[in-house]
Amino acid sequence: MLADGTVYRGSAHGATCVATGEVCFNTSMTGYQEIVTDPSYAGQLVVMTYTQMGNVGANPADDEAAGAHLRGFIVKELFDAPSNWRSNESLPAFLARQGVPAISGIDTRALVRRIRDGGFQQGVLSTDPDWQDEDALRERAAAAPALDGRDLVSTVTCDAPYAWNEPEWEGVPGQLPRPQRPDPQLRLVAYDFGVKRNILRLLVDQGFDVTVVPATTSAEAVRALEPDAVFLSNGPGDPEAVAGVREHVGALSREYPMFGICLGHQILGLSLGGRTRKLKFGHHGGNQPGMDMASGKVAICAENHGYAVEADSLREAGEPVAITHVNLNDDTVEGIAHEERPLFSVQYHPEASPGPHDARYFFGRFREMALRHKAGERVSGAAIAGASATTDGGA
Amino acid sequence: MPKRSDLETILVIGAGPIVIGQACEFDYSGSQACKALREEGFRVVLLNSNPATIMTDPEMADRTYVEPMTVDAVEKIIAAERPDALLPTIGGQTALNLAIDLSEAGVLAKYDVELIGAGLESILKAEDRELFREAIEKIGLAVPASGVARSVEDALAIVERTGLPAIIRPSFTMGGAGGSVAYTREEFEPLVAWALQQSPKQQCLIEQSVLGWKEYELEVMRDAADNVVIICSIENFDAMGVHTGDSITVAPAQTLTDREYQEMRNAAVAIIREIGVDTGGSNIQFGVRPDDGAIIVIEMNPRVSRSSALASKATGFPIAKIAAKLAVGFTLDEIRNDITRETPASFEPTIDYVVTKIPRFTFEKFPQADDLLTTQMKSVGEAMAIGRTFKESFQKALRSLEIGHAGFEPPELPAGEEGEEALWRLVEEPRPSRPWALAEAFRRGHGVDELYRRSAIDPWFLRNLQEIVEMEAALASADEAERRAWLRPAKQAGFSDRRLADLFGTSEGEVRALRHELGVRPVYKRVDTCGAEFEAHTPYLYSTYEDECEAEPTDRRKIMILGGGPNRIGQGIEFDYCCCHAVFALRDAGFETIMVNCNPETVSTDYDTSDRLYFEPLTFEDVLEIVDREKPEGVIVQFGGQTPLRLAVALEAAGVPILGTPPDAIDRAEDRERFDLVLEKLGIDRPPSGIARSPEEAAAVAERVGYPVLVRPSYVLGGRAMEIVADEESLAHYMRFAVKASPEHPVLVDRFLADATEVDVDAISDGKRVVIGGVMEHIEEAGVHSGDSACSIPPYSLSRGVIDEILDATRKLALELGVRGLMNVQYAVKGDSVYVLEVNPRASRTVPFVSKAIGRPLAKLAARVMAGADLAELGFTEEIWPRHFSVKEAVFPFVKFPGVDTVLGPEMKSTGEVMGIDSDFGRAYAKAQIEAGNALPERGRVLVSLRPSDRPRALEALRQLAEAGFEMLATEGTAGDLADIGITASVVAKVGQDGVDTVSRIESGDVDLVFNTVQPDPQALADSASMRRAALTRGIPYFTTLAGLRAAAGAVRAMRVQSIGVRSLQEVHG
Repeated sequence: MLADGTVYRGSAHGATCVATGEVCFNTSMTGYQEIVTDPSYAGQLVVMTYTQMGNVGANPADDEAAGAHLRGFIVKELFDAPSNWRSNESLPAFLARQGVPAISGIDTRALVRRIRDGGFQQGVLSTDPDWQDEDALRERAAAAPALDGRDLVSTVTCDAPYAWNEPEWEGVPGQLPRPQRPDPQLRLVAYDFGVKRNILRLLVDQGFDVTVVPATTSAEAVRALEPDAVFLSNGPGDPEAVAGVREHVGALSREYPMFGICLGHQILGLSLGGRTRKLKFGHHGGNQPGMDMASGKVAICAENHGYAVEADSLREAGEPVAITHVNLNDDTVEGIAHEERPLFSVQYHPEASPGPHDARYFFGRFREMALRHKAGERVSGAAIAGASATTDGGA
Repeated sequence: MPKRSDLETILVIGAGPIVIGQACEFDYSGSQACKALREEGFRVVLLNSNPATIMTDPEMADRTYVEPMTVDAVEKIIAAERPDALLPTIGGQTALNLAIDLSEAGVLAKYDVELIGAGLESILKAEDRELFREAIEKIGLAVPASGVARSVEDALAIVERTGLPAIIRPSFTMGGAGGSVAYTREEFEPLVAWALQQSPKQQCLIEQSVLGWKEYELEVMRDAADNVVIICSIENFDAMGVHTGDSITVAPAQTLTDREYQEMRNAAVAIIREIGVDTGGSNIQFGVRPDDGAIIVIEMNPRVSRSSALASKATGFPIAKIAAKLAVGFTLDEIRNDITRETPASFEPTIDYVVTKIPRFTFEKFPQADDLLTTQMKSVGEAMAIGRTFKESFQKALRSLEIGHAGFEPPELPAGEEGEEALWRLVEEPRPSRPWALAEAFRRGHGVDELYRRSAIDPWFLRNLQEIVEMEAALASADEAERRAWLRPAKQAGFSDRRLADLFGTSEGEVRALRHELGVRPVYKRVDTCGAEFEAHTPYLYSTYEDECEAEPTDRRKIMILGGGPNRIGQGIEFDYCCCHAVFALRDAGFETIMVNCNPETVSTDYDTSDRLYFEPLTFEDVLEIVDREKPEGVIVQFGGQTPLRLAVALEAAGVPILGTPPDAIDRAEDRERFDLVLEKLGIDRPPSGIARSPEEAAAVAERVGYPVLVRPSYVLGGRAMEIVADEESLAHYMRFAVKASPEHPVLVDRFLADATEVDVDAISDGKRVVIGGVMEHIEEAGVHSGDSACSIPPYSLSRGVIDEILDATRKLALELGVRGLMNVQYAVKGDSVYVLEVNPRASRTVPFVSKAIGRPLAKLAARVMAGADLAELGFTEEIWPRHFSVKEAVFPFVKFPGVDTVLGPEMKSTGEVMGIDSDFGRAYAKAQIEAGNALPERGRVLVSLRPSDRPRALEALRQLAEAGFEMLATEGTAGDLADIGITASVVAKVGQDGVDTVSRIESGDVDLVFNTVQPDPQALADSASMRRAALTRGIPYFTTLAGLRAAAGAVRAMRVQSIGVRSLQEVHG
């Protein structure tokens, strides 16, 4: 049920409970398991626009985090007899094990259109037979806290630093050959605001020794790790509400090459003095056009965000920051790079998972920037973005 | 990058006649491309020999050439029009091959014409097996391992590497002759030996078998800035081993994780870059091994294809239109998405429904053909259905096929053990009936694992079918309360009212009544390319059973046009052409047009064609629900062929306003007894005939009218089960095996008029005035189905008196029947007598041809008449007698069906048609023959074998050929008759006689033309069949009728007088 009182009745699956959250929709046709385990969905009820869910079951390798963080999963048809060589569990069983409530059999297209036209709304999903009274549920939905102003990062970040060594999935026989991991190794500290594993895997593949640290790790503590570069991860919720992070990031951004993805991008923008705003219903899917302004080329991108950095706010704040990427559907800012310092960030998900791999070139650019900085060169994020656009084949 | 300013005139090449593997999807893509290019201000010159296409309508291009698709003809067109560029990627394999030939012949270089879309190198890289393999391996991807063997020893060495089972493909044979699959070493050797023997160059390809792997296709587009997008992923229901055109296919891909899908996507992007398709669409096929996800690249088409048409309809993304714009320099981000209007075309469509395509076959037309589905395509059409779930879309697709199924009706199988074996054979061997066999196996309690083991169909698909069968069982045993409760879930799973009626043991009407009582009604969702992320501005709709309806009907004056459904022999592109014309005319007249159709290949199912498009099955139930939602002021049923016509009476009875000729008039024309009264009243003759409702009645009628008789079931199109029978015994055989005569389904028995000339007439009537569109004199004599016969406008041999009698009869018939709209009449002329064979008060197959021959759009005029206009106000009051000759010739699929005889008869077998236009009949006929792939030689050797009764009338034509320098080869009897008139012919043995026989002569390659007529009795046909097949497989022009022989001889003469020139339709009708 939505906060506006619209009721959708369907079949219950997964965990038995009553869950509230902001309702958002995702248009990816593949990769539901990655979506269910993506920490960026903390606090959200996710509607899948594609209708056949569970076809390929679930498998341990495709998890993006140790567990699920979304509040509920809303689908048209949930299939319990998966068919895929890597599957070892059906999706309904997986959801139950992860404690995620799910509903199937509803007119998901009608629900999506409602959110599209009316914007984000709070909703409540009850799979509990004892909690089916519409008035009571409407009250729960209305009372549920919105994402704005809530620090959800604290609920998904790690408790203590850890090293990450796992590379990208080895793939299947006959696929395109993977590039060699480059030399030499670089040391990287990755802030975990709810990091997706595939980001860490791709950083490993770029020759980074990755240490993942909790969101509130101080600049001091990061310096002690003697990194060659710092990475700011994706994560859930309102970037302005993330507490105790901006200052450290601001300090570190004057010392180390830095790359941010999604929430990391927004936090970098905020720490440079910019502002963020909430989008009407966000971008959530694997088919978004992200244009690299330097090359004019378009990458098909995986996106998952409800907030965006305001286009003019950084300039107004006096920082020499270039807008390097925009979403062509609505011209929102999707990539920024500093014109003096080795900083750049991207709003969408170059690690995909799920989604196309077109934008993976960001990881290579990050390595190049870190390497050149380490060699003593005064390299800026904008210079990297401008020069690489024509050479790295990306976008 | 913006539009290129260095181009002005662009030559677009179409796909030519409809053949198996190349159907009206290329009219769809070609029309889109022409429209897109003209929209951008280019001057478009078009070549396509197929008159039944929208793209050859004179308003689609600046210059339209319906001419032979040969290097010679194109060079003449290029010389006249001087195009700057040639777009070869929207006309199928025909256009691509022609572009290669033009390039290699130096024509493009000579006239400085640039290939746009795909360059020669890319085309060759994608089309040449060896170059393709090299390119794929260069980027590190895999293709099936293979090697070329010239001996059994070679082959054994290769198979060590490639493994068993192995595919054996002889080189340089047509239609896959001699190919096989070896599962064991023991089988391998003899099969290789056989293949080497079959190959004229004693060479064959040994290829790793990927039978049983999963098959996928990706539709890829690339622009000049190297942006690449995947428009659609398609997963085949049938595993590798069945041609993708013959496979049931589903979009999007269902059984890949994101990781596997992205690896496939990465591979596709790398392939299109490596092959170097500069701009436009390509189709790339992959195999995936089910047990470890291994990917193999099967092939690539560097052009738009049948799959891209399907992908366009499945997603709403118009691939051909965008491809045309990319070819002239635009990049994807510079082109708007028509549906959302706000967002650019540089994105990947995402869909929130499931699309199922099921091919339509016509094996009933070719009883000698094996219906086993293999790597060579055999289907003639397809139906597509959209549902929110796979189950819903699959069941909608089943009933869209129009093969008598409303769902998973149990197949007829023998009882007991024998039936079980037959069932497993149907499950294991891919044949058109396999889906019903799978359902039956589930019905008998077998599980997914066993069916997977036997069919290699992915368990996900099987489990869905099993769920449908489980629902069927539950519904069948449900009590009244359960039925009411389960009706909605059943409809959501795609069950038709008719199938539910079967399961409930009630009638379709009762199910509908119950459904309406319970408020279980369909809603309509939009196809919007984006999963509802953005608002859709195009009403492209499909039905489902959910909460919210997005149809939003308007209150404009509106007319609904019912399309023709899946293509089949007898009902193809010509009817889609008519439906589109109805839409265009009514749109122009200010009506809102609503199209209903389920054929993804067509122009009619382009969301751009009508104001509103319902992609729905053409069943009574589905159409009635749409009518109820839209409430049109009229529904047009006479343009889509038999499909909508069959619904007319029921729709009218349900209160649906049918426009144009009333269904009762249709009945008066179709019902023999009522029609006889009409003829009697008008004083028009017809061959003596009668109606039989039992074998005994048939024998009595035949006795009365006299043998030979023409027999056929009533209410069929395309001469289905029509035969000429010579005696009582054959008649009894026919009545026993070919038809099931009954009071509801009578059989028509007509006296057959041997050696009569057939004439087809298309006319329009507004109820007061009748204007004849065209009088077509057939080349082949009566007895050959009109759809298979060549014909000429104007008549080339009929007397003025006969023509006047035909015109007069046609006018009387139209007025008496109360025709409003189109009418087609078939006549037989014997001597000076004119007989009516049949009247069809609807659009006929020949409407597009006639329209192009006379330069007036008959279907458009008819649509306006049906909507209330009269012919006077439309300015069409007089017949047009063109000064040029237009010859239509039929094109046949025989080469795809090994073992099928090529002789023509009353059952229609052609898939397509071509048109030759010239000031001289002979040259027009010659052009049509070239276009039909039957190009006549100007000199050489002709092999003649004629039945005795034809010889006297053939001699004059043969004498002319001999005088023109042709060397004569003839079988004994024919040679004797030739000798009598002083023509020397070398005698060739008939098949089965001693000496070098006709087949050996043809196969040795020293025959240039074959004339063969034969008694229509089974023995004579069987004896000479191998000779006709030999001519077919060798690609030698052949004629199997006396009239064809005479026309061909005349054409050869005409070509020698003056070589063939080219003229655009705009000039012809200018």
